[in-house]
Amino acid sequence: MHPVLKLERRPQPSRTWSALAPVLAVLITMFAGGAMFAALGQDPVEAIRTIFWEPLFGEFARFDRPQLLVKAAPLTLIAIGLALGFRANIWNIGAEGQYIIGALTGAGVGLAFYPTESALIFPLMVVAGALGGWAWAMIPGLLKVRFGTNEILVSLMLVYVAEQLLAKMALGLLRNPEGRGFPGSRSLRDYPSAHNAELFAGTGIHWGVVAALIAVIFAYILLARHMLGFHIKLSGQAPRAARFAGVNPARLTLICLGISGALAGLAGMFEVAGPAGQINIDFNVGYGFTAIIVAFLGRLHPVGILLAALLMALTYIGGELAETNLGLPAAAIQMFQGMLLFFLLAVDLLTHFRLRWRRAEVA
Amino acid sequence: MDAKMDESGGTAHTDTLSSTAPFAKPDICPNPHHPDRPDAAYPTPPIAVPARLALTGTGTAKPGGQRRVTEPLLSIDGLTKAYPGVVANEDVSFDIHAGEVHALLGENGAGKSTLVKMIYGLVKPDSGTMHLHGSPFAPSEPSDARRHGVAMVFQHFSLFDALTVAENVALGMETPPPMRTLAARIREVSETYGLPLDPGRTVGDLSAGERQRVEIIRCLLQDPRLLIMDEPTSVLTPQEVAILFKTLQKLTSEGVAILYISHKLEEIRTLCNRATVLRRGRNVGTCDPAQTTAHAMAEMMVGSAFETPARRDTKTGAPRLTLDALSVRAPSAFGTALRDVSLTLHAGEILGIGGVAGNGQDELLAALSGELPVTPDALRLDDKPIGRLPPQARRDLGLFAAPEERLGHAAAPEMSLTENSLLTGATKQNLSNRGFLNWPRAQSFAEKVIAAFDVRTPGPNTAARALSGGNLQKFVIGREMAHDPEALIVNQPTWGVDAAAAAFIRQALMDLAAKGAAILVISQDLDELMQISDRFAALNAGRLSDIHPTADLTTEQVGLMMGGAHDMEVAHV
Repeated sequence: MHPVLKLERRPQPSRTWSALAPVLAVLITMFAGGAMFAALGQDPVEAIRTIFWEPLFGEFARFDRPQLLVKAAPLTLIAIGLALGFRANIWNIGAEGQYIIGALTGAGVGLAFYPTESALIFPLMVVAGALGGWAWAMIPGLLKVRFGTNEILVSLMLVYVAEQLLAKMALGLLRNPEGRGFPGSRSLRDYPSAHNAELFAGTGIHWGVVAALIAVIFAYILLARHMLGFHIKLSGQAPRAARFAGVNPARLTLICLGISGALAGLAGMFEVAGPAGQINIDFNVGYGFTAIIVAFLGRLHPVGILLAALLMALTYIGGELAETNLGLPAAAIQMFQGMLLFFLLAVDLLTHFRLRWRRAEVA
Repeated sequence: MDAKMDESGGTAHTDTLSSTAPFAKPDICPNPHHPDRPDAAYPTPPIAVPARLALTGTGTAKPGGQRRVTEPLLSIDGLTKAYPGVVANEDVSFDIHAGEVHALLGENGAGKSTLVKMIYGLVKPDSGTMHLHGSPFAPSEPSDARRHGVAMVFQHFSLFDALTVAENVALGMETPPPMRTLAARIREVSETYGLPLDPGRTVGDLSAGERQRVEIIRCLLQDPRLLIMDEPTSVLTPQEVAILFKTLQKLTSEGVAILYISHKLEEIRTLCNRATVLRRGRNVGTCDPAQTTAHAMAEMMVGSAFETPARRDTKTGAPRLTLDALSVRAPSAFGTALRDVSLTLHAGEILGIGGVAGNGQDELLAALSGELPVTPDALRLDDKPIGRLPPQARRDLGLFAAPEERLGHAAAPEMSLTENSLLTGATKQNLSNRGFLNWPRAQSFAEKVIAAFDVRTPGPNTAARALSGGNLQKFVIGREMAHDPEALIVNQPTWGVDAAAAAFIRQALMDLAAKGAAILVISQDLDELMQISDRFAALNAGRLSDIHPTADLTTEQVGLMMGGAHDMEVAHV
């Protein structure tokens, strides 16, 4: 008989561990990531310091700090929408596609009015961006509701369709007529009515940041105080009980996919009209996928998501710094972000189980 | 057996009611042996018709009771088994004699399963000894137990649907004989013991009762000295129970001992020679079930006195809920289609729907709760067609339902009782205003239910899954009743609930009916339906039998209603 480590189910999920898990996961990721950087021939302490410290308090922090908000805004917007679905066991994995389509419809509406100047153009673009993302998410939604297809696969595959569409648009319909044949649309930055400019110079705050904060507040109220939020949670935890309570699963699927699609589309629209500036082949950088990590890292809770998005933005900016300063490959940074989700899911086990040393029982 | 339902109902109840005094000395039961019992006491073989239907209240002679020999077949001495956090069995001692049917009685979680698993070699005791035929017996695994002549029929069958009866039996054997020989053996055993079974049939086509026969015959082929049966009648129709009981009598007459696990008290009173009662893992006494009232045994199980629901005068009012040729397609591959179910539920009455599990009970509840939409006119509440209405709209009209499965269907396991009160009470209790939730109101509603139904819980913020089965069931039923329903549908209101809570829930249902609500109780517990229902019908393969006043029914009729036409004949031995 020798002692073995055993997993024991907790009578109730531990709130402490649920809150502690993300912190622990970040720490483990730092260690494992450091080991990976060491294996790549880098000083691990320097690499971790560059990623986590440099953007906040380094020499050029005043340029990097506003970038945190710029990067965190789309992540927050998308992750809030995804979290609503995830809570209801509705798995929209294709936010990246909805993000692209939102950018295309948003920019498309704006460019259609070029060069007319009007205060109505930007709001119209916002609506068009949200509608574009919503419509793209309705494809997996309706297919699931009508034919029982798997929304994970359909939404994911539609990302690649959206990418093709993006390339097609950048090279064709939306290409800048004055761009001497180069791919890419007109710059929206040079079109004041359509430009999602900084609201306060040097702060990085654009309309997308405002929208993200509004989304956090709305999602918080929805989940804590509204029947729809209750039904979302109920459907995720006990689908039969939800049906018994009167939740229409098809309707809820469409609502959740619709909200997450619209928010992803909004994020795409704010990005293309602001930081990115134009529709181009390489417009999307994976926010839609990173937002999945953000959603889980933030415990599917609106405020947690905001914090997680800021952390993730930090790894983006710090990663770029590590790329330029230390010559770390971009893939290493993606590995680093992936590790974070991996360790989080592993540590999450402790929310529902506890470890016990116990003497082995002879069967 | 042609005991009339009203008689049996009457006698059983007076019987139970007459002994309301708590069990004074649980360790000694009245008349542990009855030497005065005539040996040839049954000129007609007591075909033990299930439960209390056949009861006469006095000790009908039991098969094998007189065969008791001095040396016990199996003697259990001080068995103890602890799991982390719970002692499953503590110092349990009793003897089982050859040729007796020995009941092992106790509530859920009393330690019955652990005890028989130790006898069958599935679990090793922490301490204590067993002796079989006087020599030490410590099976290391089930095959070891089987070699010593101990066999067990589990509550959940382990059979392959796609294989034939004979193939399934062969799979359980270490060295199966050629199929032809085995088929002949199966036929022979099945004829000897009155268990009609064709070895060539595919198991997937068999009824629950027939599947159980496969398991029993599998055991009998080993020529056991001790047969352990875990809740064998829970899946059987009365006719099938009668067949089973005859088989058991035949076995005991050959000297086989049967350890019979059940919590159906009347069944034990009919069949068993002795009963050992477990409570919280301890043996709290052995008694002669025929000489002990069901109420007294229940109190031994629970450890305290409780009220048996009092029968009420029925004042049936106007028709409330009407089902008119209600048909539903099977919602899943494992579901049952409902076919032309028609009934009228009146104000102030309890209509009981019996039947063996899987005959459309879940579907009927879902059709009434609104989870399965039906054609508009198939379902009417006060003459308003509601077949297409979703669950919440039906609740707004006063139709409430409580499904069988507490965790996951009637309540969300991880959610608190406060949150769970939102499931059905949102509009009726004004817990939400334009979609916005009023948590303080929800909490006080949950507190109200907890107080009114004596739900034992630290408070309304406890997760549903942290409550015991009985307490959660009281909360679920209480939640629906607190809405003052015009019509209430409940499925298995006391399934897996301790006796005291069951009595409480039944009383509450009858009180609600007395206040004028129309109540439909779907249950697999015939005793329960006989006790509380005014009219009775049975579901079989999705069809509803004719509805009869409960008091006029005989056992035979109940069985016919429940079982349709199959398995009606007791094989002639």
